[in-house]
Amino acid sequence: MAEPLTKETVTKVAHLARLKLSETELDLFTTQLGQVLGYVELLNELDTTAVEPMAHVADIANVFRDDEVRPSLSRAAALSNAPKSDGKFFVVPQILEEG
Amino acid sequence: MSLLSASAIKLIGQLNHGDVTSSELTEASLNAIAAQDANIRAFLSTNAEAALAQAKAIDEKRKTGQPVGKLAGLPIAIKDNMCTLGVKTTCASRILENFVPPYDAGVVEKLKAADAVLIGKTNLDEFAMGSSTENSAFQVTRNPWNLEHTVGGSSGGSAAAVAARMVPWSLGSDTGGSIRQPAGFCGVIGMKPTYGRVSRYGLIAYASSLDQIGPFATDVASAALLLEVISGHDGRDSTSVDRPVPEYSQTVEQPMNGLRVGIAREHFGEGLDHEVAAAIKQSLDVYRSLGAEIVELSLPHSKYAIATYYLIAASEASSNLARFDGVHYGHRAAKFDNLIDMYSASRGEGFGPEVKRRIMLGTYALSAGYYDAYYLKALKVRRLIRRDFDAAFERCDVLASPIASTPAFRLGELVNDPLAMYLSDIYTISANLAGIPGLSLPCGLSSTGLPIGLQLLAAPFEEEKLFRAARMFERATEWHTKRP
Repeated sequence: MAEPLTKETVTKVAHLARLKLSETELDLFTTQLGQVLGYVELLNELDTTAVEPMAHVADIANVFRDDEVRPSLSRAAALSNAPKSDGKFFVVPQILEEG
Repeated sequence: MSLLSASAIKLIGQLNHGDVTSSELTEASLNAIAAQDANIRAFLSTNAEAALAQAKAIDEKRKTGQPVGKLAGLPIAIKDNMCTLGVKTTCASRILENFVPPYDAGVVEKLKAADAVLIGKTNLDEFAMGSSTENSAFQVTRNPWNLEHTVGGSSGGSAAAVAARMVPWSLGSDTGGSIRQPAGFCGVIGMKPTYGRVSRYGLIAYASSLDQIGPFATDVASAALLLEVISGHDGRDSTSVDRPVPEYSQTVEQPMNGLRVGIAREHFGEGLDHEVAAAIKQSLDVYRSLGAEIVELSLPHSKYAIATYYLIAASEASSNLARFDGVHYGHRAAKFDNLIDMYSASRGEGFGPEVKRRIMLGTYALSAGYYDAYYLKALKVRRLIRRDFDAAFERCDVLASPIASTPAFRLGELVNDPLAMYLSDIYTISANLAGIPGLSLPCGLSSTGLPIGLQLLAAPFEEEKLFRAARMFERATEWHTKRP
């Protein structure tokens, strides 16, 4: 946890996050994220072995509803913000080779 | 402008008595925006035509004696991260620059049902990530009290619009202090409800386990009324809590006998500006003079809150913002090599620096080999922070503290130092981690003429106590009457 953050790691994380970053951004984030990660080391002062993690404060679990057909967005409304659409589908670049 | 100098709740009284019409108030609001917003830049968009039409329709309803909603005819501004049907909702991000939602957020539905007049959408830090509204992709909002200072953030536009009396009230969202801190910096009331009190349906998600929508107003009673209208269960938000909504506006005028005001010794340590410290001490004297007991206590895990928050919030953000991929909505890069490259290029172009930083931090904290050390660790400390509050609220009704360690900082002062900006959230962030309600109210002015805010916190679903305690203070002081 304590090893310094490298530009290689930042590059790898950017790929995982699907963020295309410039060299300048990679350098800047390596420094800035390194500082933040250095700061959060503070939490290691605490022994939390016996503490249950708290993902959520609300005392709610498994919210169910009946499986009923209800009105939903029309196709036109659902496609209205699409960067590219053919009026029926969202259009994306080809992802499979032609066989 | 003078029409809008009264508080929202008083204006509703005037509307009901026929002293003023909704058309007049709506025009006054649009005129105030035209006159002031070139300098303040609180609004990303306004909708004059629709607002005036809506106002006219409500005036007609009143005139003909038809029933009207609780907020009937009063203009309101909405932070631009809440979806509005047919009205552009940008999150102050390039990636959503042209996004026109095909539906209304739950709170917007409630406002419309209560006959509120939707005037416009307000500026914010991109995706609500920031503490100064300087991270907006489109404009920097300036503090109405001093244009060289920030308004705070991330709901800076909504805070400034109310402080400058361009609207009588507004909605913001609070993930780590984003309502309370700008309210404090702008000298207005800002309130973050208990997590689950208000539906997050249609609030564009930043950190889902922390985000909550709440009101800005110029007095406590108005904030109470607005919260009462937007609260309640919504089946479309599975974390929305199904319990009755008290009529906060009906009890807000009742002082609390035997009020116990807690103060945590951790909140008065080094780094606290001496004028802020003095204003908070004077506020405690006000409570003493009203018969309240001041209870000194401790929140031992306070110092871990910022580290805990930024790990959790960034982790949730990295997951939530994965939806912006250039496929269903939002920006798509013009040039790319393949599908993955299309995602990366679109996101690289569409997101600003702070959003990228938090996505990166969150992705790192959740990635293989680091999850236990960072994310899981933060979730455990979160429980310790919540336990601190549970123990504190056994000994007091409300906890009083500063909102921030200084009054509004200068534009540009912290924006290039992300860690310093994060550290400025020290007083507000714990309430989101613990899920408890909090409120900011004006309690002083600095020697340079900037507002100082008092924060009150209460146990989960004790909003009523919070409003009543805040109203006691407001009634006994003049700070809320001060104007930029």
